[in-house]
Amino acid sequence: MLALLVAQNIAFYIIAALMVVGALRVVTCKNLMHAALWLVLVLAGAAAQYILLASEFVAITQVLVYLGAIIVLFLFGVMLTRAKTGTDEDLDNKNSAKFIGGGVAVLLLGLMGYSLIDGFKDTEFGNLMVQRTSEVSDSIFSTYLIPFEVLSVLLLAALIGAIVIARRD
Amino acid sequence: MTLLLASFAPPYWLSTLIKVLVISAVVPTTALILGMVFLFKIMSWMQSRLGPQEAGPRGTLQLLADGVKFLQKEDIAPNGADLWVFKVAPLVVLMSTLVLYVTLPASMHLVVADLDVGVFFVLAVASLSVIGVLMAGWSSASKYSLMGALRAAGQLIAYELPMVLAVIGVVIQAGTMSLNGIVLAQNNGSIFGWSGIGFPYILTQFLGFFIFIAAVQAELTQPPFDMPVAESEIVSGYQVEYTGFRFLIFFLAEFATAFVFAGIAAVLFLGGWAVPWLPTESDWYYVLGPIVLFAKVMIVSFIIFWVRFTYPRFREDQLQSLAWKVLIPLALVNIVVTAVLKVVL
Repeated sequence: MLALLVAQNIAFYIIAALMVVGALRVVTCKNLMHAALWLVLVLAGAAAQYILLASEFVAITQVLVYLGAIIVLFLFGVMLTRAKTGTDEDLDNKNSAKFIGGGVAVLLLGLMGYSLIDGFKDTEFGNLMVQRTSEVSDSIFSTYLIPFEVLSVLLLAALIGAIVIARRD
Repeated sequence: MTLLLASFAPPYWLSTLIKVLVISAVVPTTALILGMVFLFKIMSWMQSRLGPQEAGPRGTLQLLADGVKFLQKEDIAPNGADLWVFKVAPLVVLMSTLVLYVTLPASMHLVVADLDVGVFFVLAVASLSVIGVLMAGWSSASKYSLMGALRAAGQLIAYELPMVLAVIGVVIQAGTMSLNGIVLAQNNGSIFGWSGIGFPYILTQFLGFFIFIAAVQAELTQPPFDMPVAESEIVSGYQVEYTGFRFLIFFLAEFATAFVFAGIAAVLFLGGWAVPWLPTESDWYYVLGPIVLFAKVMIVSFIIFWVRFTYPRFREDQLQSLAWKVLIPLALVNIVVTAVLKVVL
């Protein structure tokens, strides 16, 4: 049991380091395509972290939705518009924008860090059992039914909005 | 013999090593078998010609000779290419294929990892190869490659959906996403009390099977869905700048993916590694399971390649409207009917 937790911790730090490097490269890269590919590393790292937390279903959903669909749409869009190889020197923001972005990042770090520490206190993950898919679906369709339905309506609204914006006639 | 296999329980590191070695041996072998049997021989016979004759008995070793030929060719990259991305792209495609083999069960225990999320994992990992295709198309710095990659992305996104929706019917009927669970549900089931042939889901999910095979065909970018590599329009699409072993990797990945998808189809619709007259707990499946699965895979592959060799290419707009206007609505109807019947019966 203890050996497993040690292995988990080591894996967590390795993946986290990779994610941090990837995230930094996403914003400092001078090539739009490379930035999108570094983002693949970050999102795959998030999926790996979910697996370390024994929630397979969430990890696979992360792969299917983010890597399989959203990244592909990014790459597709970039290739349709500015698909040149090599570096692109004007691919940068103004200094004021950088400061605002940094401020938002620090704010998010503080907010999410506080809520995580406040939410879990000293709770330790004991015997991590792999979360069964049926448990996930049971909790979605009973305990969290109303938030789930509200989310689907929100997504539907976004979908209709996108169609309305895209259609000019 | 079978009991000996049943009592074999190696330590964790050894079993992991064995699994890695077996997968890395199985992937090229299956690609070779499909390429040899279907691409060379069956295709020739369907077109009334002999096919390769020189290498090996009746030309059966031709693909091996071709493989060696590819390996000794020079590894060329175009002048304006983004070298790093260009070189990694085939490996991304191959990795997606390798990971697909992880959940394919060859018997109750002959499986790398029997995940609880089984089918969902397969669908998620299958969608990763698009990233490799887009990387290859963009980094080649060639307009044909770029066109091919754009077509591939549009096609793979469009056919991902019918594939997922076609599988949902099976998942509803079996009540589980685990591939072994689906095999057990089919072979221990009965049709109105008669359990002579178990209950292979192709009987009730024939529509799902049809949609799944069509979507697999599109995911493999094989004719009639070969717009991304259409050699007469864009000279081979995203693969056009690749030579030598990097081209070989694309080739291997395509045929190994065809094999594993035929395997998934066999598991989902044809009862997988089991035969109806032998109970699924039998130790015989340590030997029999892989053979039965292989036979079913060959049947499904025959359908896939039969269509490939018979039909001409779709036009790009026909391809998209087939996915969005025909296959997806059909799959949705299939889900609704299956869900209603599951609750009523």
